[in-house]
Amino acid sequence: MNIVVCIKQVPDTTEIKLDPVKGTLIRDGVPSIMNPDDKGGLELALQLKDQYGAHVTVITMGPPQADAILREAFAMGADRAILLTDRKFAGADTLATSHALSAALRQLDYDLIIAGRQAIDGDTAQVGPEIAELLDLPQVSYVEGLKYDGKKTLDIRKQTEEGYQIWQVETPCLLTVLASANKARYMSVSGIVTAFDKEVEIWSADTVKADPATLGLNGSPTRVKKSFTKGAKTAGKVFEVDASEAAELIINKLKEKYII
Amino acid sequence: MDISAYKNVYVFAEQREGKVQTVAYELLGKARDLADTLGQEVCAILLGSGIKGEAKSLIEHGADRVLVVEDKDLEIYTTEPYAQAIVSIVEQKKPGIILLGATTIGRDLGPRVSARLNTGLTADCTELGIDEESKHLLMTRPAFGGNLMATIMCTEHRPQMSTVRPGVMMARPADSNRKGEIEDIKVDFKRDKFRVRVKEVVKEQKNLVDITKARVLVSGGRGVGCKEGFAELQKLAGCLGGEVSSSRAMVDAGVMEHNRQVGQTGKTVRPDVYFALGISGAIQHLAGMEGSDLIIAVNKDKYAPIFEVADMGIVGDLNKVVPALVEKLKKEVKTK
Repeated sequence: MNIVVCIKQVPDTTEIKLDPVKGTLIRDGVPSIMNPDDKGGLELALQLKDQYGAHVTVITMGPPQADAILREAFAMGADRAILLTDRKFAGADTLATSHALSAALRQLDYDLIIAGRQAIDGDTAQVGPEIAELLDLPQVSYVEGLKYDGKKTLDIRKQTEEGYQIWQVETPCLLTVLASANKARYMSVSGIVTAFDKEVEIWSADTVKADPATLGLNGSPTRVKKSFTKGAKTAGKVFEVDASEAAELIINKLKEKYII
Repeated sequence: MDISAYKNVYVFAEQREGKVQTVAYELLGKARDLADTLGQEVCAILLGSGIKGEAKSLIEHGADRVLVVEDKDLEIYTTEPYAQAIVSIVEQKKPGIILLGATTIGRDLGPRVSARLNTGLTADCTELGIDEESKHLLMTRPAFGGNLMATIMCTEHRPQMSTVRPGVMMARPADSNRKGEIEDIKVDFKRDKFRVRVKEVVKEQKNLVDITKARVLVSGGRGVGCKEGFAELQKLAGCLGGEVSSSRAMVDAGVMEHNRQVGQTGKTVRPDVYFALGISGAIQHLAGMEGSDLIIAVNKDKYAPIFEVADMGIVGDLNKVVPALVEKLKKEVKTK
């Protein structure tokens, strides 16, 4: 089985803080990581490799420094890594991103395409389903786990608001996976040693024969009109008192608001 | 494309087990505002099997027209039949705007449809409006884990599509005098494209609590630490007729269930009172609760960011404050 995993390098948004005076994002020193849901997807692919001997390719679209997460994927056990990078991709919204990635995926043999459910910098959850549409593949999103019959059939556990559902689908198909689906393995020591000797293939828009009209800002139906930080709510009073006094203060506040 | 041919505000009326979901009524409330601003109609899209009985309630909540597609393959949601139905409606009716709930269904369906129609989709919007000059839809959403807000437009493609998180918009009260039309829509399904099959639907008892409906939420974070700590929070919630919720840290640690998680990757809540106990206030958490009417925070760390949004902050040990509060509240109730 050939599996391609789409991964993204993202700023660790849990480390981003707001400058309380200027109201702007402090992005200096924020580490770049492999997007957590994508890592869950890679782990799922590697588990299938462990059990069924799959060949796992990882692909990312991004700037040259996204090489780092491809090396990390090598160290975890991926067999092949592709960096899709080109100035023509700049300014892409989710649809233009999906056009670039699906053009690249058309150059590859795959039975299964795996993506993370969503990236923590954009939180859109759109690129996976959009790629599935552009490649005319069935999709299952919010994947928590799966059973594979070793041939073509997958029974997939999909998270819902009420619990979960089991969806049955045949390969080729596309899945979007939750970070909570599994616990991603650590990079192996030998993996880390060899990760930097392996070749990361660099692909451009021309390599993947993408239609330039579908790429980057020009290929993006949505445009950011403006961005802003939320006006911080003004802080209320903060008290440093003992527990009994604190309880009294809270009760008075609840009474004031007619809660009790 | 000739965007002037596209008009009216459409709402995908998500149903589960034949019942329209609350988020659809919330979207109708917002759609009504948008349509009134534009001088256009609100249309609800109702897909299912034996579902037509729900149409009346959609009209009562603001729809001028309900488009119904009945088919056995629409009974339980799967991506392709739903996508084909909506694409067919777009081709027949040319909507200006389509709103979907940002649920596991809406977020699966929306991008599939928008990619097929080669149009834009903006995920998880928290605010929608109409640009005065151009009349395009203004879609505002959080990015970078809620650190940044972005207003997005889709100026050259139609329909303008957006998903909206449950609990963000306000439903209008049902008005049984409202009139509207119910229209059956015929769709020529390409059934050979239906390539997934739902084998099993499992509902978990623990998922039945809906924290977005609670008036009082007692929310615990890392500072609570363990299941036993949450038992104390449960007592406080009990005194006030509320529910217990939690930050992401406690869900990741396996102490709380995901359906009780507040924040960017959990639920958006706006109760009358929100207790943030031992929650430092990561920006992702704040994104899910800062719309609460009254926020009371207890934290040991006086520099915790939660104090910046709290209406009342207590610097102290929640393991002492909460029991003291529970004891005093019990006395309050007795004296009443």
